[in-house]
Amino acid sequence: MTAKDIIKPENLVYTKTKIMTDTPMHYCPGCSHGVIHKLISEAIEEMGIQDKTIGVAPVGCAVFAYNYIDIDFQEAAHGRAPAIATAIKRLQPDKCVFTYQGDGDLAAIGTAETIHACNRGENIAIFFVNNAIYGMTGGQMAPTTLEGMKTATCPYGRNTDLYGFPLKISNLLAELDGTCYVTRQSVHKVANIVRAKKAIKKALQNSMDGKGTSVVEFVSTCNSGWKMSPHKANLWMEENMFAKYPLGDLKDTEKKHYEK
Amino acid sequence: MEEIKLMKGNEAIAHAAIRCGCDGYFGYPITPQSEVMETLMKEKPWETTGMVVLQAESELAAINMVYGGAGCGKKVFTSSSSPGVSLKQEGISYIACAELPCLIVNVMRGGPGLGTIQPSQADYFQAVKGGGHGDYRLIVLAPSSVQEMADFTVLAFDLAFKYNTPSMLLADGIIGQMMEKVVLPPFVPRRTDEEVRNQCPWATTGKVGRKSNVITSLALEAEVMQETNLRLQRKYAQIVEHEVRFEEVQCDDADYILVAFGSCARIGEKVVELARNEGIKLGLLRPITLWPFPTKEIQRLAKQVKGFMSLELSVGQMVEDVRLAVNGLVPVEFYGRQGGVVPLAEETLVALKQKLVK
Repeated sequence: MTAKDIIKPENLVYTKTKIMTDTPMHYCPGCSHGVIHKLISEAIEEMGIQDKTIGVAPVGCAVFAYNYIDIDFQEAAHGRAPAIATAIKRLQPDKCVFTYQGDGDLAAIGTAETIHACNRGENIAIFFVNNAIYGMTGGQMAPTTLEGMKTATCPYGRNTDLYGFPLKISNLLAELDGTCYVTRQSVHKVANIVRAKKAIKKALQNSMDGKGTSVVEFVSTCNSGWKMSPHKANLWMEENMFAKYPLGDLKDTEKKHYEK
Repeated sequence: MEEIKLMKGNEAIAHAAIRCGCDGYFGYPITPQSEVMETLMKEKPWETTGMVVLQAESELAAINMVYGGAGCGKKVFTSSSSPGVSLKQEGISYIACAELPCLIVNVMRGGPGLGTIQPSQADYFQAVKGGGHGDYRLIVLAPSSVQEMADFTVLAFDLAFKYNTPSMLLADGIIGQMMEKVVLPPFVPRRTDEEVRNQCPWATTGKVGRKSNVITSLALEAEVMQETNLRLQRKYAQIVEHEVRFEEVQCDDADYILVAFGSCARIGEKVVELARNEGIKLGLLRPITLWPFPTKEIQRLAKQVKGFMSLELSVGQMVEDVRLAVNGLVPVEFYGRQGGVVPLAEETLVALKQKLVK
């Protein structure tokens, strides 16, 4: 088969979804964000909801998510994405609304906004990238940083006596009556990518259907922040991150419907 | 015939908002303005006009809900009082930079810190000079009656949408809590989705037949951010040119001018009366827009009077803007009370005579 034959539509086995722009990504090689962006974009295309979906970008590495995913976007202040998404969905109930947040954004500075949006059962999807570190600001300790893990602000390892414990915030969110679907996924292997995409679609569909808040946590690597090769970071994640943040569904139910 | 009602200033804001086609309110309780949200909840506008009313988990969340709603081109507002408005400053700076229309109500109480629940005007600097980080301004309207609480709610929304910028209603505990007669504005239906799309083509209403819309205040390149700043300043210059509002009471033949806004202007009217009874030709200038400030009018008056005195519920904040306008031409004095104490007309006249009329 010649190169000309290969690019014929009937011979193509894969094309980049049109929801992803051609803007070169600023993410480090090996970073999980690119894969998660792609999965969200594919889900939006396959569900045919590009015209209905509004994303809320965080402060953190994914601050420029709107440059890569071709839908309407709002860029939030650090931690405030769930509050912004709350208003977008309440004022435009026919829309599919999601936030895209990191661990510092969602589990530190935005804890109140996250918990209360979930507790109100806002009909939004929260995509939560947990790489146990502040990536964009240069690898500082996050609430999700593992015990003993070295970062720029705990260079001798996270001492839980001084800095508290790794925050399993998804478990906490699963306890709230407003959440309908809380799951923990990863995107480091093909099988995981397939499962993660299913979770994304389900969360987006829940937003459309008004079933309550969905939270999809992606246990991820930050090979730059962790100072490892992408491959080694994946192995380290499997060994250490999954032990603290095990993959799988934490909750999958419809929210309780209260009388108005 | 117009229907005259008796209500609190805070209640008037809520009724005016529903009537002017407001799409959403997001707030957090704080004295002395909680009646705004309480009235909205009692009125249940979601059953009549479809307006959304939501009690947020904090002032921070509330202002960011306003940010999200304004980004959708919706007519949204929040209300709070001084300590709560301090919390909102982060969001206000983002909204100003993203050039979104919305309304923020501050029913001021005495500070600093947790302060008191009694009335104050000590957030003047915060309101007119920026408040949050970066170079930005708010259109600041200062109502001095319950009627103006209603009227300026409508006006503040109109100005916000005219310039795509946040506007603020800067009231105080007196105006918020006192009851007066009021004629509420006529009912205007909420805009349809199509009308929102037409009026706000930049809004996040869903990517249909156009490029994707992005609401952001971020630009990492210094030159791009400088251009954002210059664009804002060009807009602010237009506002200064066209939107200054003030009221004058007996300024035409005045030897002295009392400058006061909000509840102090109500006291000021009495001071003018008392002064005139004693043969002192006193006039009152009441800025209605605190920003843009009636600088030109003060400059004009400065050429024909012997002095100004600013009357405020603070240690003297607006007096600095009066001094900047007068620029040394005649004396500018200050009298005020702080921390929730309200000056009497009589003591103000005594101060005027001691400081200015010699």
